[in-house]
Amino acid sequence: MKIVLYDVTIIGGGAIGCTIARELSRYQINVALLEKEIEVGFGTSKANSGIIHGGHHGSPDSLKGKLEWEGNQLWDPLADELGFGFRRIGELTVALAEDQLPTLNALKEQGEKKGVPGLELWDRDRLQQEEPSLSENAIAALFAPTTGVVNPYEACFNLIENAVLNGLNLFVSSPVQSITEGPDNTWILQTPKKEYRTRFVINAAGVFADRIAELAGVRTFSIHARKGEEYLLDKRLCGLVKRVIFPCPTPVSKGILVIPTFDGTLMVGPTAEMVEDKYNLATSSAGGQQVFDFVRNVVPGISARDCIAEFAGLRAVADGEDFIIGTTSKKGFINVAGIQSPGLTAAPAIATLVADIIRDEGLSMSLKDDFEPAVPKPIHFASLPTEKQIELARQNPSYGQIVCRCELITEGEILDAIDRGAKTLDGIKFRTRAGMGRCQGGFCTSRCMELLSRKMDVPIPEITKRGGESWVVKPRTELTAT
Amino acid sequence: MITAETQHLKPEYDVVVVGGGPAGMAAALGAKEMGADRVLIVDREKEAGGILLQCIHPGFGLQHFKEELTGPEYAQRFLEKVLETEVDLATDTYVLDIDKDKRVKLMSSDRGVEIVSAKAVVLAMGARERTRGAIRTPGSRPSGVLTAGLAQKFVNMLGYLPGKRAVILGSGDIGLIMARRLTLEGLEVAGVFEIMPHANGLNRNIVQCLHDYNIPLHLSTTVVEIHGSDRLEKVTVAPVDETFTPDMSRSWDIPCDTLLLSIGLIPENELSRQLNLRIDPVTRGPIVRSTMESSMDGVFVCGNVVHIHDLVDFVSQEALLAGRNAGLYATQQQPPEDNIRLVPGENVAYCVPHTISSDREHTVYMRVRKPLEASVLNLGEVYEKKLRYVFPAEMVNLKVRPRFLHEFHGDTLKVDIVPTAS
Repeated sequence: MKIVLYDVTIIGGGAIGCTIARELSRYQINVALLEKEIEVGFGTSKANSGIIHGGHHGSPDSLKGKLEWEGNQLWDPLADELGFGFRRIGELTVALAEDQLPTLNALKEQGEKKGVPGLELWDRDRLQQEEPSLSENAIAALFAPTTGVVNPYEACFNLIENAVLNGLNLFVSSPVQSITEGPDNTWILQTPKKEYRTRFVINAAGVFADRIAELAGVRTFSIHARKGEEYLLDKRLCGLVKRVIFPCPTPVSKGILVIPTFDGTLMVGPTAEMVEDKYNLATSSAGGQQVFDFVRNVVPGISARDCIAEFAGLRAVADGEDFIIGTTSKKGFINVAGIQSPGLTAAPAIATLVADIIRDEGLSMSLKDDFEPAVPKPIHFASLPTEKQIELARQNPSYGQIVCRCELITEGEILDAIDRGAKTLDGIKFRTRAGMGRCQGGFCTSRCMELLSRKMDVPIPEITKRGGESWVVKPRTELTAT
Repeated sequence: MITAETQHLKPEYDVVVVGGGPAGMAAALGAKEMGADRVLIVDREKEAGGILLQCIHPGFGLQHFKEELTGPEYAQRFLEKVLETEVDLATDTYVLDIDKDKRVKLMSSDRGVEIVSAKAVVLAMGARERTRGAIRTPGSRPSGVLTAGLAQKFVNMLGYLPGKRAVILGSGDIGLIMARRLTLEGLEVAGVFEIMPHANGLNRNIVQCLHDYNIPLHLSTTVVEIHGSDRLEKVTVAPVDETFTPDMSRSWDIPCDTLLLSIGLIPENELSRQLNLRIDPVTRGPIVRSTMESSMDGVFVCGNVVHIHDLVDFVSQEALLAGRNAGLYATQQQPPEDNIRLVPGENVAYCVPHTISSDREHTVYMRVRKPLEASVLNLGEVYEKKLRYVFPAEMVNLKVRPRFLHEFHGDTLKVDIVPTAS
């Protein structure tokens, strides 16, 4: 058997790995991506706030502050080409007391220094006019029009779909177990299934980036997990606020936000709690309490009564809190580590930076003539005008069949999602929103399982929520046999 | 099972009924009875019958048919009548939208998108189950945490089991029924946990589904943490005090791979909201007149869309009334308007309907907030009725007869259930 030598292998298929993979797929090089989960975007990327930060929050002296603003400006073409949800809805950083006003001024000044346009200080009257649901205690706010919201998981799916279309070799369920140096400046990566040989390794392993660096013998840092709990609210509250609402930042935190997500529902969070266990994704009653207590001061109309779902994600925090991006003491091993907030915002800028680094390191990279920048925009039946719906349902009856009642998702959309890479119930949910609404899959789970089973030609008991041991049902025989 | 799907819909109907469960079928029959010619039932599933089809246990029909039936049997009796009376039935069809002129936008894979107009509309979409998010149970998010109704569908409709060892959170009727079903299917049910000091299901289900199978019911106890990464591994449970605060010093772990949630139902009111019907914040269903007409003329509502019922027999009764009145509306022969408003007292969570008319008899449904041993139901000062044991899980109903109101000249009556004066 011929052994393939990849030019570049990316470890980790989160937002960072996916953006790098898509950027590198522009070039005439052979790239692989190894992801430990069954689908990309299944770690921190599907459990974060989904905010493209305005560009003014981070100090221009830090790498993350610099890449925040650079990255922010790259999201429009990305979303246009790849058809995922992204909208610049703007943000308000709200002051609830006089002593917070200097912070707003400093933030405005910092943003202007970085070249962030449109920053404005709004007084109480303007605030009440623009966001009448804000607390009367909101005395002023800094408005930033550049802030956007995105579906981060959708971005991952579409980035990777496009990268694969342009030649990326994607390997899922492939955790890297060992990394050794091979002959002629190559690396050998071992997974349970296969061995991969590569000239460059990009370590984009999120909270596990320190472990990956250690496997390669280049560990110079530790990654700590800072957990953030988020709470999704019933769509009854759609439109309560129009912009992302930040509290006035403190030296330790950006605080707890009110986020009108791309899909229109409100989300509140995140908390910030250091955890030892990097698999700890538990939500807590203390966390929920903290979020709702805090948010009530800013938007009094929000209460825990409207919560429909909660989740937690882990930020990858490096010592010193900044991003760690660059070469290491061993040739060909490049770290992209400690990518905490505003990592999602910065991702496209990080990707071009990484491409520059490997070019500087001697990889010959010429652009492909036949690079295809787009993937088809997924059909979203519910948002089409009636005539379009009639036409589509006539052409393809599966678009005339509603599967998810709460979010009005058709069978056709679910079949499309499976064709485009969904392998699990979560894969369907995060691509189509089926199961994400107020009944949380009570009605559509069994239908989605039937569709996955039919399309993938596997029995229903083999369908999982998100891979591994996350099975949903067992056949009668298996339980009664023991 | 007899099923028949209408191939071609008429462009205009007297009454369009949304939902082909027990409420929708009874409403359609009621409309026919009152002379509505063209009646259509729309249901999103492949067969009419609603959630009854997965309720394969007996216990249905004791009031309505005076005999004990299973869910599918109960549904079948109504379906046969529906087909006999030439009601059009569009299954596998979804109502996308209803506008204020009562034009109903439908979608199905067979017929695509189409619009039919109606003189009257009956909303009978039923309810959905409350989920984990609604009670914010702390912990991880493994597979194996599901609502009791979804588990019932897996077991009774699809023939799969949800796991090996189950814990049930909440003592709603579906949870109790599923405790018995899972036991019969060979699973071990470690216990039913209820945060309230009293059970939330019917007493007969506590006896027949738990006691008869030695399944423990832990009152004033709840699940405080969910553990497991891919699949559920265990839950932590703890007793709670009067403010529902768990006492963690007395918590314990229960290994299990399945957690069923039976923590209540919420009326399904997407369409009611689109139509801007006035909603009662307690029932979370539309506010109704004595005719089961909502705040919008010609839009009638019935069954679990209005409030959560404990027996399907009452759903049928209420839906028949809604359907009859929709039929009367469509044929322009409405009864006199309501002239008395009912207001729930301190120990009554809600009453349905919200208004009545002094010229005819009404059945008023209500739920108490707190259980009482010996109690009395007061309808203002015009009527009182002695009740035995009342508790929130069992709906109380009261027949209000015109003669109660002969001497009453006000416009508001307070309905309360209070302890008998000793």
